[in-house]
Amino acid sequence: MNRLDVDALLDDPETRVLVCCGSGGVGKTTTAAALAVRAAERGRRAVVLTIDPARRLAQSLGLGELDNQPRRVVVDGLDDDHKGELHAMMLDMRRTFDDMVWQHAGRERAEQILANPFYQTISTSFSGTQEYMAMEKLGQLVERDEWDLIVVDTPPSRSALDFLDAPQRLSTVLDGKLIRMLSAPARAGGRGIRKIVGAGFGLFTKAVSTIVGGQLLQDASTFVQAFDSMFGGFRQRAQATYDLLRSPGTGFLVVAAAEPDALREASYFVERLSAERMPLTGLVANRTHPVLAPLPAPGALAAADRLERTGDAPLAAAVLRVHADRVAVADREKRLLARFTRAHPGVPLIGVPALPTDVHDLEGLHEIGRRLAGE
Amino acid sequence: MNGWTDELTRARLHVVTGKGGTGKTTVAAALALALATGGRRVLLVEVENRQGIAQLFDRPPLPYSEERIASAPGGGEVRALAVDPEAALLEYLDMFYNLGFAGRTLKRMGAIEFATTLAPGLRDVLLTGKVKECVRRVRKTGRHEYDAVVLDAPPTGRVVRFLDVTRAMADLAKVGPIKGQSDGVVKLLHSGDTAVHLVALLEEMPVRETLDAVAELDAADLRPGAVFVNRVSPPRLPARSVASAAEGRVDVGRVRTGLAAAGLDVDDEVLAGLVDQTVEHALRVRMEERAKERLAESDLPTVELPELTDGVDVAALYELAEVLVGRGVR
Repeated sequence: MNRLDVDALLDDPETRVLVCCGSGGVGKTTTAAALAVRAAERGRRAVVLTIDPARRLAQSLGLGELDNQPRRVVVDGLDDDHKGELHAMMLDMRRTFDDMVWQHAGRERAEQILANPFYQTISTSFSGTQEYMAMEKLGQLVERDEWDLIVVDTPPSRSALDFLDAPQRLSTVLDGKLIRMLSAPARAGGRGIRKIVGAGFGLFTKAVSTIVGGQLLQDASTFVQAFDSMFGGFRQRAQATYDLLRSPGTGFLVVAAAEPDALREASYFVERLSAERMPLTGLVANRTHPVLAPLPAPGALAAADRLERTGDAPLAAAVLRVHADRVAVADREKRLLARFTRAHPGVPLIGVPALPTDVHDLEGLHEIGRRLAGE
Repeated sequence: MNGWTDELTRARLHVVTGKGGTGKTTVAAALALALATGGRRVLLVEVENRQGIAQLFDRPPLPYSEERIASAPGGGEVRALAVDPEAALLEYLDMFYNLGFAGRTLKRMGAIEFATTLAPGLRDVLLTGKVKECVRRVRKTGRHEYDAVVLDAPPTGRVVRFLDVTRAMADLAKVGPIKGQSDGVVKLLHSGDTAVHLVALLEEMPVRETLDAVAELDAADLRPGAVFVNRVSPPRLPARSVASAAEGRVDVGRVRTGLAAAGLDVDDEVLAGLVDQTVEHALRVRMEERAKERLAESDLPTVELPELTDGVDVAALYELAEVLVGRGVR
């Protein structure tokens, strides 16, 4: 197995951006935070952009409230001897979107856009906005050039691929060709399309407006017209961030639990990154359960049986049962990870042993950082 | 409360949700098998384009139709359906507008995705609308097509928005076919025919999300059903030893003597490893006990499912279904 050397990665001054991705529930946010803590401990000026951290984890990073700006985190033991620093922030997607509108549109137009009901929908509940805004925020942090390492958490989506696909989806909507066709097909040069689909298009327009209501279609149309002038700027920025993701200095870490579903998602993501020619740094197999005592399980089970029959040594019997359970889990995890490695032999991998309790303070993050580094 | 209740037996639509990674799809599939046991017909539905059901039952991706995927003990059967919102919208529009070829072209252009993007609530209305149609469908004999429908729903963070069709409709037209359909969906989801089950693990975050979801469901006037506590592993330590072991206190001498009595002569390194594993186990047991106490606050019926060390395959689904039947699920 090709082992991922996390410390070497964090120490390398060429490493400027680390993106942690993976499906939901695998511990992405915690991993991102622990990497930033570790990097700071090793002397880097690091910032972690978290997307939707659990409340107590956020509090431990001093992110009591969402203010969309990085804040310095005081870490015990990170004093003047170290030159490292830790900063953390939590993404406020609505605010990031609003800021972009202010920046790209004139005052009057910006007000018009922000007040549009369709903008409210797009900026809060469209699936894809969060991913888009996370990319935008990453771009801003890079531009500020105040940190030498940026660690990014990605939105909690069903699939890790959403992070790459969502911005495109949002672009398609904002691009507005379809909205224009639906609201004023003739003017928007919809005639070509009409020729293709014939009378069906009129029916479809009618159907859509019957379903979503004329008002919403009207709002959408107004929004797109107002947005049109700034769309170029939007797309340019999205492209710039996308290019950044493909540049040297950026690395993707795929986080997965040693479970079939999470590893399947991780495989998809690994293949996708390679197709996009994006730099894959490695796989973090999170929360593994390595065996701590080299003792064969069958012997342990037989001994536990003997002890339970006599009932003499319940503690020793329990210790052996715990051990046999652990061996079974560890074997399964090893099998699953070996299967992943066979399919992706070039991908460096590190197993991070599970902590027996939940992590919600800096000490816990420090401990995960140690485990990430294989200590 | 322990086990299944009569009230839950009366439900015809079982919505299964849970935090990501808790095993929601596995529990939904096992529940479908359990409900089908003894000769009933159950439909298992997924709505997130994941093909999770097909993967679980080790089959090629499901088409947009109701396919038989498993026989249940005692002559029952489970069928499966992966609802695709685009297909649902086209099917729906076809009923009213006869789009035909134009519909397919628009689909290729991405117009359907666009319409569902324009009004995010539309997607949920279409998906729940299809589910309602399956729950209410009646055979020629006058019997319901399905004795029960199990819905593998979006995760806890999104499930209330997904089920709150009334709110989604605020975005949409106040009259017309969709409005008519959604009224029926609202009625079903808020009736005694529907129960929203939550899958949890005995860990802090999943438990908290479960309790939050219960509160959210209550506030939206949706009925929480049972809590399925998934992947429960057996406590190995005698109860009286847990507290001290969790503090790191394990009587090493006693362990060594006990092992020797069983004919196991281990060196210090192995012994230390065994003790560390036992301490971790005790910490986890203590965390699980706390999680259980917190879950009890929800005052919902709970059903425990065992951890399967070998992973989940089709045989394991039957095993879990048997456990569910044993806990009174019917």
